[in-house]
Amino acid sequence: MKIGVLALQGAVAEHIRSLEAAGAEAVAVKRVEQLDELQGLVIPGGESTTIGKLMRKYGFMDALVQFSSQGKPLFGTCAGLIVLADEIEGQEDAHLRLMNMTVARNAFGRQRESFETDLQVKGIAEPVRAVFIRAPLIKKVGPKVDVLSTYKDEIVTARQGHLLAVSYHPELTDDYSLHAYFVDMVKEAAASKA
Amino acid sequence: METGTARVKRGMAEMQKGGVIMDVMNAEQAKVAEAAGATAVMALERVPSDIRAAGGVARMADPTVVEEVMKVVSIPVMAKARIGHYVEAKVLESMGVDYIDESEVLTPADEVFHISKNEFTIPFVCGAKDLGEALRRIQEGAAMLRTKGEPGTGNIVEAVRHLRLINGQIRKVQGLSKDELYHEAKLLGVPYDLLLDVHETGKLPVVNFAAGGVATPSDAALMMHLGADGVFVGSGIFKSDSPEKFARAIVEATTHYQDYKLIAEVSKNLGTPMKGIEISKLEAAQRMQDRGI
Repeated sequence: MKIGVLALQGAVAEHIRSLEAAGAEAVAVKRVEQLDELQGLVIPGGESTTIGKLMRKYGFMDALVQFSSQGKPLFGTCAGLIVLADEIEGQEDAHLRLMNMTVARNAFGRQRESFETDLQVKGIAEPVRAVFIRAPLIKKVGPKVDVLSTYKDEIVTARQGHLLAVSYHPELTDDYSLHAYFVDMVKEAAASKA
Repeated sequence: METGTARVKRGMAEMQKGGVIMDVMNAEQAKVAEAAGATAVMALERVPSDIRAAGGVARMADPTVVEEVMKVVSIPVMAKARIGHYVEAKVLESMGVDYIDESEVLTPADEVFHISKNEFTIPFVCGAKDLGEALRRIQEGAAMLRTKGEPGTGNIVEAVRHLRLINGQIRKVQGLSKDELYHEAKLLGVPYDLLLDVHETGKLPVVNFAAGGVATPSDAALMMHLGADGVFVGSGIFKSDSPEKFARAIVEATTHYQDYKLIAEVSKNLGTPMKGIEISKLEAAQRMQDRGI
């Protein structure tokens, strides 16, 4: 099973390492032609404005909407979560508009407010060490979205069918449980199609 | 809940990888940089080439400039403090700047000591031209490194030298035995533990960007090819004929640094890049890279 990591900008190598540790084959994706051979894709943390611009420039907007319509799972972390959302607070343009949720960028403040903490995530036994870096928050979700975890009553992990989004960085730790969770999603999606 | 941990500080730099951090001197330039796809901006009063031309003592920017830039962009804002100038750094931290560059581009405030960066909640980036400098800065608390290059010259040769040297030294350290490592730590003037970490992992424990002399999209791509994690562009963009186009071209060349057709495409009709300076023509006192070793 092959899972891609969108490699336009951001923490790509860390996701590849984590996916491999969770038992998947992982590749960096720079061109839309690479999507065909993949069963799932991670949109990593980075700067969402930069990633969004490069996605538009290189045809990833349509290609990823189609990728998702085939039922192939997507996992967005931090900037990746922003890229997946239907709406971004204070901005007219959103990016992929795949997940029925409204997100707020830099919701905790600036870098000095960035932090790490333990987080209980539904579906994962042990608490996850979550690193929040100028992190976004999910302010509102539609009926199809399951909330998997909250931090101080704010939503930080959400799933909508084959789409998974977290506002923190599981790829910066040696805890691979969220990547394993996503790898299971990809396996299930591939099995249901076969 | 913990703020300011090494993971939070270093992680912030990880999120900049594959990106371009651009020097800006006002709100308008900051908006141009953000629109072009910069992953962060460095707020300054003068870019390095102007600092070079003006001479005199170069200091932290007027807080008004930094604030003005912080107001108009949603991407991280960095600012420079003089080497060893604890108070300039504290002032920037109090303003909520996202990252401090303890920079040799400014006139050093201390000829011996760098800032003790571990005491700060916000992360620091520092310049390094060899492995010794790199590990000393990390020991002091730097969460990100960059080559020093020779800022404001538009000449990539020094940044290439620094990156090649560091990467060569890392390869050498990987091959050393334990007893040789103790000796090497002494020669480099670095803590043994950090050197052991490099020996075991074959890389620096923090992100290392290219900086100092990047003037064209090909320069940016060359540094990525040599193993830089991303690129700082100082004078190159806003000293060129068409900054907006130039900024976009550098961003795309950095992402697609192995796609040479694409680099050819984005390099077309960019106008004249900054004029540049032959490094050997610089007097010793004008070499910024020799500051803060």
